[in-house]
Amino acid sequence: MTERAVGRRVFLGMLGLGAAGVLTGARIQNAMSKVLGQLTAHDPTGLSTYIPAAGRFRIYSVTNSLPHRSDAEYQLTVGGMVERPMQLSFADLKALPATHLVKDFQCVTGWRVAGVKWTGVLLSDVLDHVGVKPGGKALLFKSFDGQYTESLTMTQARRPDVIVAYAMDGDTVSQMHGGPVRMYIAPMYGYKSTKWLASIEVVNDVIPGYWEVRGYDVDAWIGHSNGRSDQPV
Amino acid sequence: MAVATSPSDVLIRFDRVERYVHWINATLFGACIATGAALYVGPLSAIVGRRELVRTIHVYSGLALPIPILIGLFLSAGFRADVRRFNRFSDADRKWLRRKVRRSSGSYGLGKFNPGQKLNASFVAGAIIVMAMTGSIMHWFEPFSDSWRTGATFVHDWLAFAIVIVVIGHLRFAFGDPDALSAMRRGTISRKWAQDKAPVWHDELVEPPPPPPPPPPLLVKRLPDRQPSDHKRTEPPER
Repeated sequence: MTERAVGRRVFLGMLGLGAAGVLTGARIQNAMSKVLGQLTAHDPTGLSTYIPAAGRFRIYSVTNSLPHRSDAEYQLTVGGMVERPMQLSFADLKALPATHLVKDFQCVTGWRVAGVKWTGVLLSDVLDHVGVKPGGKALLFKSFDGQYTESLTMTQARRPDVIVAYAMDGDTVSQMHGGPVRMYIAPMYGYKSTKWLASIEVVNDVIPGYWEVRGYDVDAWIGHSNGRSDQPV
Repeated sequence: MAVATSPSDVLIRFDRVERYVHWINATLFGACIATGAALYVGPLSAIVGRRELVRTIHVYSGLALPIPILIGLFLSAGFRADVRRFNRFSDADRKWLRRKVRRSSGSYGLGKFNPGQKLNASFVAGAIIVMAMTGSIMHWFEPFSDSWRTGATFVHDWLAFAIVIVVIGHLRFAFGDPDALSAMRRGTISRKWAQDKAPVWHDELVEPPPPPPPPPPLLVKRLPDRQPSDHKRTEPPER
């Protein structure tokens, strides 16, 4: 009777495949995303979006449940170093000039959702609406999840691709995606775009946000931060 | 089914260390799968939330997996012997794997583990290492290029699917064979089960396999040794 060391081969084979996968996975994933993009677009069950690399949103929340606020009860507090601190309702935001963007959403963990349709108010317009006092150099965003915070410099906040979003892909922003109102900061990684936006405060210096005190870059330019080189948005 | 009534009707299948290793690792695997699902599946992420905590539990339960195994290997000769069994595939094992019709596994002359169990063990061992390596690249990502991070995520995601499928299979077979399951809980199994499913192992226990060739008899071995030394001892000139 001959005996063969099959177990060891299976074990070593897996290590080899694992290493090969790390080296070539990015290319395989790109190729697959193209094929899967077609598939998931025509999949009524939505199950195919769970295949790795299917180019879908993954829902990240730092608190124990998704916070909920209806459109009717929603209030955005804008305050700090401003001339006219105010509370903006959902209707108030919609009454301001709307900005439409069609841009990708890129997560710092690697996934990217292509061509998302965003609608909202330019953050710059909101700031003009309340009037920034001299000395207001940065912004502090807070989420009504009670935990999450984010930051931007005033220069970053004035960009034409930074909006307070109230619609996404032709619908209101769902609870999962941070509705009723969230930030969308196109040129930066997703963690900069605060979901379930509660307040915007004008401050005199940048206060690093939730993930930034946990090691992520404060200036989170896509492709030029966090050691990544993704295609900028 | 015969009920084991006397101690001789019962064989020891797993020692205490092996059982602890199994159940600690089963718990860690369960934690990895549950937290992994909460990190990966959108609606679940939405329900569970607490991303930082969930991620921490996931990372450290995964990294802890090899520890009980290494401690077990250090403590238990039985575990070491079983790991050697997982590695080796006999002719009977290969015949069993290629079988077209399900016959009782005993008729193939299998040993302590059937080839499916052996493959499962090797797969799990490989999976633990690959998941730990790719997971570490994902978690401590700074030194790694995008391409490696994406590659690591790719491997981690796909292997996670494979692991879930293998674990479901493992549970199905375990619940399909209550005797084998209880052996992992209590350590013992009926003689009848062993005769039926693992006859070669049963025979090893009853009649231990011939030990490695014993050292040649004392006289034959020692005589040539002793002669020169005796000779030497007498040789030095004494004045």
